[in-house]
Amino acid sequence: MSGRVGIVGIGHTAFGRRSDATVQELAAEAFRAALADAGLERGHMDAVVVGSVPEYHKQRSLPGVVQEYLGLTPKPTWLTEAACASGSAAIRTAWMSIKAGVHDVVAVIGCQKMTELETAEILALMGRVGEVQWESSFGSTFPGYYAMFARRHMHEFGTTRDQLTAVAIKNHFYGAKNPLAMFRKEITAEKANASEDVATPFHVFDCCANADGAACVILAAEPRARGLRKPPVWLAGMGAASDTMSVLRRPSLTGLSSAKAAAEQAYAMAGVDAKRVRVADVHDCFTIAEVLAYEDLGFCAKGEGGAFISEKRSYIGGSTPVNVDGGLKAKGHPIGATGVSMTCEIVKQLRGDAGERQVPNADVGLTHNVGGIGQYCFVQVLTRDE
Amino acid sequence: MFKWFGRVNHAPHTKVAEFAQHLREGRLMASRCEACGHVSFPPRADCEACLHGAFTFVPVSGRGTLHTWTRITAAPRGFEDVAPYTLGLVDLEEGGRALAWIGASVPEASLAIGMPLQVTPRLHEDVEDIRVDYTLESPKGATA
Repeated sequence: MSGRVGIVGIGHTAFGRRSDATVQELAAEAFRAALADAGLERGHMDAVVVGSVPEYHKQRSLPGVVQEYLGLTPKPTWLTEAACASGSAAIRTAWMSIKAGVHDVVAVIGCQKMTELETAEILALMGRVGEVQWESSFGSTFPGYYAMFARRHMHEFGTTRDQLTAVAIKNHFYGAKNPLAMFRKEITAEKANASEDVATPFHVFDCCANADGAACVILAAEPRARGLRKPPVWLAGMGAASDTMSVLRRPSLTGLSSAKAAAEQAYAMAGVDAKRVRVADVHDCFTIAEVLAYEDLGFCAKGEGGAFISEKRSYIGGSTPVNVDGGLKAKGHPIGATGVSMTCEIVKQLRGDAGERQVPNADVGLTHNVGGIGQYCFVQVLTRDE
Repeated sequence: MFKWFGRVNHAPHTKVAEFAQHLREGRLMASRCEACGHVSFPPRADCEACLHGAFTFVPVSGRGTLHTWTRITAAPRGFEDVAPYTLGLVDLEEGGRALAWIGASVPEASLAIGMPLQVTPRLHEDVEDIRVDYTLESPKGATA
């Protein structure tokens, strides 16, 4: 299959504490919405790829349960896992299956229900996010890793505490405009800085929150993608790369080499450069992660990420609006759903359906979904027909 | 014996288990590949340079400089009672890195990226089981 692959339908649940639903019920909300958006029936799906992180559910082997609940058996289904990048990894898997000519229409469902775990289980999982042989034995944590990146970035480039806070302020500003976001309230610097320490220099407001939620995109091969309810948004550039799990084997802690590599691939495949990107959804699991993303994706030069946010260049009206759906920070981070949620947002933007957070003239968009501290990274460049 | 390593150990079985015995005896060891001679710290059974599968342990000085650090307040299981604690990441003089707690000889107010630190083997005898690890100490104040 040498033709393009388009996104023809999107669906997205409210993110947050979803005490009203099981994970398969969340998947159904997103899938039903995506079918309606595309004007397709469930029987049109050739396969379903689930993006999710298994250890955050009571239910094991999730795709089987989702497939049963959605009435999609005997069509094939499987899980794609790449930590916090599982959603985009699942989209890549679906895209590859279409490019290979195996399937024509594939649904990708990112879903996660994190709040059903007890605190003790969460604390145990927290203790094993790093490389367990040489790092976790010293009590390393996920915020702790990004905090070490932040401290080093501050040291090398003069990035300030206020600039990190400015990322959180921006993302809450836009989260307040997103009806599906977990936190729909603007915040002040005073409030952010007064929040509890997590891992210095991070406070609570530097960190995204565990959440429940699901998002779905339906992908179709080019001939099939046309003539449906809405014009397709094309997966024009697809980049993917990895880096070491361990900070012990990372030469630089001021960027994610996997993000840089994935972005270069995606830009080359799409035939665009960073300046051409009109809107981006990036992986702001911690405030510093968005600053690193500005630089790794080429929205600004290395070391200028702090100025990029303090000069509001990532706001609507700036040179590259970033996370105008609230990002992980305000929208919530239901791990497996996050990458799919990013793609949903960029599709909305490219269709002109983003309401009060619409970026003007958004015709080229980008997603950047990171697993862990960059052991996985997936970058998509999305385009529309004129 | 690698089950001795660390406050919480998730990987008791490893081909570099002897590292913990050396640490117990006060020696900090890296691995050296028998094929290409590449030295790795922390040690690896399989060479990171050429993926050869035979190695020997070689002593390293443990001298290094602070690359970055963080004080952890929100601690995971097994560390709730000892938080807050400060993790430092050091670049070692002979190559490689160590992640470990900043030791008592280094006051937090004195922490500065680039400062010299000494990776110092520790044998903890205050608990029933043998436990070994290393801390990051001031080169002057380092005691085994």
